[in-house]
Amino acid sequence: MRHLMSPLDFSVEELDKLLALADDIEKHPAKYAHACDGKILATCFYEPSTRTRLSFESAMLRLGGQVLGFSEAGSSSAAKGESVSDTIRVISCYADICAIRHPKEGAPLVGSTKSLIPVINAGDGGHQHPTQTLTDLLTIKQKKGRLDNLTVGLCGDLKFGRTVHSLISALVRYKNVKFVLISPEELKVPSYIKEEVLDANGVEYKEVEKLEDAMADLDILYMTRIQKERFFNEEEYLRMKGFYILDPKKMALAKDDMIVMHPLPRVNEISVAVDDDPRANYFEQAQYGVYVRMALILTLLEVQV
Amino acid sequence: MINVGAIKEGYVLDHIKAGKALSLYHDMKLDQLKDSAVAIITNVQSKAMGRKDILKVECPVGTINLDVLGFLDHNITVNVIKDEQIVEKKKLSLPKEIHNVITCKNPRCITSIEQELEQIFILTDEENAVYRCKYCEEKYRKN
Repeated sequence: MRHLMSPLDFSVEELDKLLALADDIEKHPAKYAHACDGKILATCFYEPSTRTRLSFESAMLRLGGQVLGFSEAGSSSAAKGESVSDTIRVISCYADICAIRHPKEGAPLVGSTKSLIPVINAGDGGHQHPTQTLTDLLTIKQKKGRLDNLTVGLCGDLKFGRTVHSLISALVRYKNVKFVLISPEELKVPSYIKEEVLDANGVEYKEVEKLEDAMADLDILYMTRIQKERFFNEEEYLRMKGFYILDPKKMALAKDDMIVMHPLPRVNEISVAVDDDPRANYFEQAQYGVYVRMALILTLLEVQV
Repeated sequence: MINVGAIKEGYVLDHIKAGKALSLYHDMKLDQLKDSAVAIITNVQSKAMGRKDILKVECPVGTINLDVLGFLDHNITVNVIKDEQIVEKKKLSLPKEIHNVITCKNPRCITSIEQELEQIFILTDEENAVYRCKYCEEKYRKN
């Protein structure tokens, strides 16, 4: 039995297989419509995250399975003081696979230690969110046809954004991937990511402050939201919030086949005027999130179709 | 010169950094060895170190957790004593995992709310002696 705690739990070969399965699901959804008949997914969300929870539930329902769970800690036994490992041990008796979202880092790992069923980390604080990374990789694979030989621009909050850190860690395993790190001085990629991930793997990268300076080189532009809760004062947040706004003028500087990605929700960092640009892929990215979660559920449940 | 008697069976931990023996005594929980005599010798002259500390522990061989010692200071020389003779000199290395020796300081870590969880740290970078919390991967900083 296998769990998924970090995007790096899968080897590059295993990831290739998973993405190929997601691709087949996208092309032949009917083939998988009853693959999980009689199976149950438990979504144990100790903090609200409607998008991720619904994506998991949609994935299981589209496989013919059923779902149960809770969407906040208040409606679970955690409110009575039950430990995560006890809760998941009990949930193991009710479901066949489980997705855990928890505000505390490492909680899904604790849950997996006593679990009798596969556990998926659906986000643990600022630590890991592996299914977002799998979603990002599938989107890149489907839209660019490859995960190597890419110049990837990451823009916005590169300091606190765990999505960005996970994506960098996942992409450095492929050949000739270069990064352009676009952020204000205050929100640069932390030095440990540069030293332990980028430098340690001999990956080429440059840091720039202006989005316009990077646009022409990029195969992928990954935008992120500046998160209000990271700032101590409103003034600083408002200054940062307006730092990057992707609009049609900036899009005009980009290659014709560049793609724009965003983990969503967005605030104002991508102008709605960009939504109709064929290079805007952030809503499709959410769709790929369902396919990749379907592939993940099948893989962890060892269901052959 | 102070003379401390030889021990029949146990350990002589030599080349401890001067001034560190007492904290080592507590960190290794030697105070919990009820029937063992422990001599804490501090600030003695050393050719190699200038000044050093020594710990002598009278206890059955195998009682001390050398993994913990390796984590605390892997430069310490461990002399294993039987019948008042040194029968082995052990070289310490950094343990791959340490359990319940240090605690995770990350307030966002699950161990901050589930106190009964075992505190586990894993050696992730041997060259730089970096340990990370098994749960949240926060780097452990000695100071």
